Amino acid sequence: MSDYNFAYLDEQTKRMIRRAILKGLAIPGYQVPFASREMPMPYGWGTGGVQVSAAVLTPDDTYKVIDQGADDTTNAVSIRRFFQKTAGVDVTEATSEASVIQTRHRIPEQDLRDDQILVYQVPIPEPLRFLEPSEVETRKMHSLEEYGLMHVKLYEDISQHGDIATAYAYPVKVEGRYVMDPSPIPKFDNPKLEMAGIQLFGAGREQRIYAIPPYTQVVSLDFDDYPFQPTKADHACDLCDATDSYLDELIVDDAGGRLFMCSDTDYCATRRKQGHIGAQGVPYGEDAA
Amino acid sequence: MQAQVLEGGFADVPVDASHAFRAVMTAMARPGEIFTISGAQPPAPLSPASGAVLLTLCDPETPLYLAASHDTPKVRDWITFHTGAPFVAAQNAMFAIGAWDDLPLSDFAIGTPEYPDRSATLIVERPTLSNTGATLRGPGIKNQAQLSLPKVQSFQDNAQLFPLGLDFIFTSGDRLAALPRTTKVT
Repeated sequence: MSDYNFAYLDEQTKRMIRRAILKGLAIPGYQVPFASREMPMPYGWGTGGVQVSAAVLTPDDTYKVIDQGADDTTNAVSIRRFFQKTAGVDVTEATSEASVIQTRHRIPEQDLRDDQILVYQVPIPEPLRFLEPSEVETRKMHSLEEYGLMHVKLYEDISQHGDIATAYAYPVKVEGRYVMDPSPIPKFDNPKLEMAGIQLFGAGREQRIYAIPPYTQVVSLDFDDYPFQPTKADHACDLCDATDSYLDELIVDDAGGRLFMCSDTDYCATRRKQGHIGAQGVPYGEDAA
Repeated sequence: MQAQVLEGGFADVPVDASHAFRAVMTAMARPGEIFTISGAQPPAPLSPASGAVLLTLCDPETPLYLAASHDTPKVRDWITFHTGAPFVAAQNAMFAIGAWDDLPLSDFAIGTPEYPDRSATLIVERPTLSNTGATLRGPGIKNQAQLSLPKVQSFQDNAQLFPLGLDFIFTSGDRLAALPRTTKVT
């Protein structure tokens, strides 16, 4: 591919993004403004993640893209092919083989190694945005470490629902300082935010980049009497019988029939290849897929 | 202008810069770990590592402070030709490069409470770089790491400023390590 620069973006843009990534890593959880570019895909399709990936990828990388855990959705396939074409990188669907993983709204089930990089697509990077619409105000709140409003929101959850009803994009405090939106990952994934790999977050429309270095303290906000609890469907995967993975619920017919399956398709397929079979599953390779 | 200043840049800019940035980013994410970085052959006293960092991160948008130790016509011409970064006083610099003793630490921007990212990154040229000496703890470090730092007290003072503060990249030959403001040094 010689019609575009390596990894699509021009070098000056990449330098600007790279400088933002470095400041993001130096100030974990703080949202660094950057001059987001228009990408050849609509906002909401991961333009922030794509720009971060473009700035991070080297030709030696193996790239994986997941959308809600799945490698085979339109969003994941199109972004994977985009960098296959413009950066010439190898691509994979196997979590263990990837060196850079771009994700929309999930963290892979398999623990990441210290040589892996996870790039998140972020729609609304500001955790306080739905509580305070003004950027001037939220920036001031971050600078003053004034996060009482977020605790009020979680408290109102408890007073209305008897429990913290926030199930995704569950706010976290990074290294005891910045409250951060982990992107709309299910709160099941929050404990995995303390990992060995480097985590980079890109919000294209909102023009923010932030990061969590490896082994950084990431605490989900909660109360002493209502501790944080990661939740998932109380079920085993119907295809691979996993009980420790995050599940999607699928309606499979008009009679109310349903099926729970791992949202992480690579994790599910790997287990099925190992011979695990769920309640509604068939041995790997014997189904149409 | 001598022909020498026109040479020593990245041979394949996008690819060399991507590899160089991976080294810088991983170093910043894992304080204390030492990485090799290649692709640049800048004129002395600039090290190949600091040259590669400049080529990867600097351009006309990044005001640069050149410390006395590195303020030679050749270095100025090389940086201007390859990056276009303007040379400025310490208080206006986004990046600075030089020997430890020639960097006026208290003059650099440390960011503002609302924009702590508007702080300088210092590229410090070191005679040697090794995993001995000061003990590092903090984000990016599993338990603890060790790095040969010029002066422990300066980094302790810098960490006190968090979330404001300076970030450091240490270079020696073709090797580099980094120390962000979050690292606690003892």
